[in-house]
Amino acid sequence: MAKEIVLREGEVDVSHIVPINRQSFADKARAYAHKPCSLIGFALVLLATLITLAMVLWILVYVFMQGVPHLTADIFAVRWTPENMSMLPSLVNTLTIAGISLVVAGVVGIFAAVFMVEYAKSTNIFVKIVRVAAETLSGIPSIVYGIFGMMFFVELCGWGNSLLGGAFTMALMMLPLIMRTTEEALRAVPDSFREGSFALGAGKLRTIFRIILPSAMPGIVSGIILGLGRVVGETMALVYTAGSAFNVRYPASPMNQGCTLTVYMYSLINEGNEYIGQAWAVAVVLIVLVVLINGVAEFIGNKLKKEY
Amino acid sequence: MRQASIANNAAEAAIPVSRRAAAREIGMKVVFAVAAAIFIAAVIVICVYLFIRAVPAVGEIGVIEFLFGGVWAPGKGAYGIGTLVVGTIVATAGALIVGVPVGLLVAVFMAFYCPKWLYKICKPLLNILAGIPSIVYGYFGLQVIVPFVRDTFGGTGFSLLTTAFILGVMILPTIINISETSLRAVPKSYYEGALALGATKERAIFRTMFPAAASGIVTAVILGLGRAFGETAAVVIICGNVAKFPTSLLDSIRTLSSNIANELGYAEGLHREALIACAAVLFVFILIITTIIMLLRRKKR
Repeated sequence: MAKEIVLREGEVDVSHIVPINRQSFADKARAYAHKPCSLIGFALVLLATLITLAMVLWILVYVFMQGVPHLTADIFAVRWTPENMSMLPSLVNTLTIAGISLVVAGVVGIFAAVFMVEYAKSTNIFVKIVRVAAETLSGIPSIVYGIFGMMFFVELCGWGNSLLGGAFTMALMMLPLIMRTTEEALRAVPDSFREGSFALGAGKLRTIFRIILPSAMPGIVSGIILGLGRVVGETMALVYTAGSAFNVRYPASPMNQGCTLTVYMYSLINEGNEYIGQAWAVAVVLIVLVVLINGVAEFIGNKLKKEY
Repeated sequence: MRQASIANNAAEAAIPVSRRAAAREIGMKVVFAVAAAIFIAAVIVICVYLFIRAVPAVGEIGVIEFLFGGVWAPGKGAYGIGTLVVGTIVATAGALIVGVPVGLLVAVFMAFYCPKWLYKICKPLLNILAGIPSIVYGYFGLQVIVPFVRDTFGGTGFSLLTTAFILGVMILPTIINISETSLRAVPKSYYEGALALGATKERAIFRTMFPAAASGIVTAVILGLGRAFGETAAVVIICGNVAKFPTSLLDSIRTLSSNIANELGYAEGLHREALIACAAVLFVFILIITTIIMLLRRKKR
């Protein structure tokens, strides 16, 4: 038995309006029927998301389908020969370059971040210029880094095509990333840590090295691991600095040339149709490596967030 | 800023135990400052080296001839990058046309529609998309998209369309991540206010939240543009590398970056210097893009 609604003057009948949090599916459908534009908007959002997810899955599944059958013992052979086309030496080269460049970029990037957070006032003109410089460095395309590395490290410093030249070029590329992540980590350390340390009579340096940097370590490490992912995925900055020798050898020293996984894949592609399978196999290894590395970085980074 | 000033005051208040300790404090401060100065030095050195080599080369070729010349034929001594600049611009524009609408819509989904359980699946997938090395994108394009375009639309398949598509997919994660962050940064009360006024969810999002997050979204688009602009490893494999003005979507193109990557290995003399000049042109474009991003950020504050 419906209750008679008596509307006084100025009142509006609201009984048919369903609170937005109690809407059923039918209510929503009815609302959409009245507003075709909203329905179209909703449909487009869903469509775009489905397309994107399908694209990711398509790429991953396709690469794995093509590559996994070629992940034989041959392609992981210890020595490269024209028969086995082993990628192991180039994996070692990748790790060598990553190691050197992370040490160089790590030290410079972390020290610079310490200066930016702990010493300088953010209104300081020097700090502003450093920020502009970091922003610029992070925007420069890898091929420009490659050409600069070729001119500067390879030719001017006389290192020739070498792992060292490639590593320094990569270090330059990673500086902004490492400084930014370290800065974020340092800023996340509560001020009370600093005050406590000073109150106990510690100097500034001791505070930085014994209190602040250890507390910020997860964030810093996560930034460095992200940098590692960057090295693993980089191609163009390395082709003309570390060299793209097709017969992959183990480098005797950092001054030898050697190609990384990505550059090896680039060379395989340029060989034409002969090494399609091997190139897919390298692609699988690359994706697995990058995903693993980024996953670890995120895991460590999240740990930092939980602590404070 | 507060942190720094507290730290400074405290450090000044703490009386160093000995002169050696004081010297160490100052010495390390200098070391930290030098590390920061390396950033500035790096930019200046890159800039100077590129231009020291590029300017004489461009002078020899002729500024007008270099920038607007339509023929790139190093064998015949013709070094005009007009076609390359056009190739780069159309490829970037194509990437934006593919990537921006899809990216923004996905960002809306991630920020407003995605249930929590689905978010836990979607976010890592998008991160994987961001992490896939560009050479893998290029190879995927070469093995899958090129044959597809060749069989469906004709032509060689090494085309503007292929390049734009792959570049569009590559810039998706950049656009999605940054737009999602800026959409989430808009105060929730805007959204609730719009709903309370009777707007549908979509209307509230597209008419209220979007304009409020505009500067972040523009930054996202420009960052995506920068990424597409300088991308090399993927493009060089699939763009066809034909230095001509494209007249249709199915024409091959050549971009500034792919031109460098292709020819640097064997170039000598003026040819090599001309390639370095190409890199300088790319560098200048990126400087402009970076400046625009920084101006946008300042405006936001």
